[in-house]
Amino acid sequence: MPKLTVDGIEVEVPQGATVLQACEEAGVEIPRFCYHDRLSIAGNCRMCLVEMEKAPKPVASCAFPAGDGMVIKTDTDLVKKARNGVMEFLLANHPLDCPICDQGGECDLQDQSMAYGFDRGRFIENKRAVSDKHMGPLIKTIMTRCIHCTRCVRFSTEIAGVDEMGMLNRGENAEITTYLEKALASELSGNVIDLCPVGALTSKPYAFKSRPWELTKTESVDVMDAVGSNIRVDSRGSEVLRVLPRIHEDVNEEWIADKTRYACDGLKRQRLDRPFVRVDGKLKAASWAETFTAIRDKLSGMDGKKIGAIAGDLADVESMLALKDLMTGLGSPNIDCRQDGAKVGGGARAGHLFNTSIAGIEEADAILLVGTNPRWEAPLVNARIRKTWLATDIEVAGIGPRLDLTYDVDWIGAGPQTLQEVVDGKHPFAEVLKAAEKPMIIVGSGALARTDGARVLGAAKKIADSYGLVTEDWNGFNVLHRAASRVGGLEIGFLPGEGGLDTAGMLEAAGKGELEAVWLLGADELDTAAFENTFVIYQGHHGDKGAHAADVILPGAAYTEKNGTYVSTEGRVQRTRYSHLPLGDAREDWKILRAVSEPLGAKLPYDTIDQLQKRMIELNGALARLDHVAAGDWGDFGTDGAMDDAAFTLPIDNYYMTDPISRASQTMAACTEAFLAQTERTGTDG
Amino acid sequence: MAFLDRTARSFLLWELVSGMALTLKYFFKPKYTINYPHEKGPISSRFRGEHALRRYPNGEERCIACKLCEAICPAQAITIEAEPREDGSRRTTRYDIDMTKCIYCGLCQEACPVDAIVEGPNFEFAAETREELFYNKDKLLANGDRWEAEIQANLTREAAYR
Repeated sequence: MPKLTVDGIEVEVPQGATVLQACEEAGVEIPRFCYHDRLSIAGNCRMCLVEMEKAPKPVASCAFPAGDGMVIKTDTDLVKKARNGVMEFLLANHPLDCPICDQGGECDLQDQSMAYGFDRGRFIENKRAVSDKHMGPLIKTIMTRCIHCTRCVRFSTEIAGVDEMGMLNRGENAEITTYLEKALASELSGNVIDLCPVGALTSKPYAFKSRPWELTKTESVDVMDAVGSNIRVDSRGSEVLRVLPRIHEDVNEEWIADKTRYACDGLKRQRLDRPFVRVDGKLKAASWAETFTAIRDKLSGMDGKKIGAIAGDLADVESMLALKDLMTGLGSPNIDCRQDGAKVGGGARAGHLFNTSIAGIEEADAILLVGTNPRWEAPLVNARIRKTWLATDIEVAGIGPRLDLTYDVDWIGAGPQTLQEVVDGKHPFAEVLKAAEKPMIIVGSGALARTDGARVLGAAKKIADSYGLVTEDWNGFNVLHRAASRVGGLEIGFLPGEGGLDTAGMLEAAGKGELEAVWLLGADELDTAAFENTFVIYQGHHGDKGAHAADVILPGAAYTEKNGTYVSTEGRVQRTRYSHLPLGDAREDWKILRAVSEPLGAKLPYDTIDQLQKRMIELNGALARLDHVAAGDWGDFGTDGAMDDAAFTLPIDNYYMTDPISRASQTMAACTEAFLAQTERTGTDG
Repeated sequence: MAFLDRTARSFLLWELVSGMALTLKYFFKPKYTINYPHEKGPISSRFRGEHALRRYPNGEERCIACKLCEAICPAQAITIEAEPREDGSRRTTRYDIDMTKCIYCGLCQEACPVDAIVEGPNFEFAAETREELFYNKDKLLANGDRWEAEIQANLTREAAYR
């Protein structure tokens, strides 16, 4: 543990720390462009120069290891002059673009040149100009502004795991490029925009839209996947303009996935902003009173067993609980929050959680992926696995279709047979799991959303039991969900009651005409053709598949418009914050359910969100503390029995469009076109 | 003595006489009043009147939607929306000034990096309805086209002091 002095303050830093980290420890701010906590050290911007006693010249503190007895000075004339000089060199070729630059107002170069720069320019020669590079529909480049810090290159090679960015040439001719002018094919590509300390890489959909000082910043939580990334929603009026990451070390560090970041333009398209009732086969705009009358006329007196409710992927816990209570009041046991038919929930709590926790992945030394594509289902979980894979010699094996997950995966099989071999100890990977100190198994929704899903879950549990995945201080059993609402729904028991039907059962009963009414709480990923002769009440915020099949539409609030509780796949309880009110006549979902419960004669016993949340906590104490993960109890879940022979299939065929919000987003449509269009376009296309 | 002097002056109505003398003096001098609107007084080249959005000599609008005027406006009278134009350049789609809010402080023209928004010499833009005073981009650009010669002359005159 080296001890050193920074500006007269003595600090002790861990072995291997740099001088810059020591300075931070001492509370001294060092300006920097290329250095970033989570990336490797480059040491090429030279902005972090400090004076060191007995050194002949200033040293770059970010790349200089702290040593015992060093005396560092950061407030001397030499340091000031050095920073001044470096800043002048950086600005020599940086255009005076600030008024038209999207980074203006939140630019590191702008801020630091105000704080450490020279007060005028002496460079009168011609400035360098660099041609802009094509980086796909998400990233806009103005490469003349680049100061060659290489943060983007290091991010894409280290964290995103795509070697598609790099620096060509040297000196005056150095250029950052994607080599073949291809779009950056990563689900984390948007993070290079946050990393860029200047305006060279900016957000294409957000181009010229707004200035940082105009925006209302709301700290919220993402619902595009089940990771629960912490985000900041930047809005102006009732329009969400962009989504940025917030730092949460245990969840998303400081990255977010592209769908989280860019799907926000879907929040203003195809929105349901007023109630509708189907009259003579056509949806007609109606008032709230008319819709309530229509629902009451249909449902009152109906046998509860003929009513069903399905919660979609974006529903918050409060609205699901209100719907559950309403259905109980109507005497219906047919409720389900698993619209993809995944056979999870009902058993011990550990059976539907990502028990290891996302941060816990870093301690693991062997991972078995079962029927999952973490790169698409939870890009940040994938980034964690890659981080661990880079730092340790973790062994990763997968059962399912072969995929490029940005790290080496030993694809040991395609379906349940291989899983059974591992269970029986016949497969060599069973030895790896046995030998590992902290082994993990990650079961994806592709493996569970099958008719034999419960048996797959049971097989995974057997692996966990017999290979020591669950010990006193380690739980290596994980279910990776992909719907933000899923764990929340399972926690409050939004599952079929006694004699109740699950999603598949409801669809079948509806086809036979046995189910007369169904309540869809934002459920769009269903085969709605089965509901042809069923009275469909759709409550949600987008005019997607469910709304098209609806007989009554109740306009609800999107995640940026309500304070809703969501439970992430690891069981972390988090709450979104509203950045603006729901559009038009739309209301928060629990309020709609509370209002409609009265004419239906099943009045819900809560009038405020606090009362509802109190009821939620009474039902499940694990939901009591925000940003807290209550460990799941290890017990019975899954069933025994032979699994089918069919290989695992993956549930997502288009990462960029998985929910009503991203399907309505133009940016996501552009991404689908750019990244997933299989065939090359020819001259005669379009 | 002073008492006698003061008493004598007030009995002889001295203040009145001296006042009337001043009135008589101005009676024979040329008049200051001008016959507005047929005659107008001189105004400074720094006069802050009605706003205008200027163009470059080739007809390209100057405003680049940097929103600095919107940010600095103490009355929050300016509203700007922007997006990339077809050629990819940064331009406003909306530039509104609420002239009823504006306090004519001139901070917008000081903030403007490209001399696009200026307060011209025109002060005769009274209107019969409030709505007429909500200026949009077309109105401001039309103002710029109409007053360009005067605005340019004023800017040239003031260039040395900026």
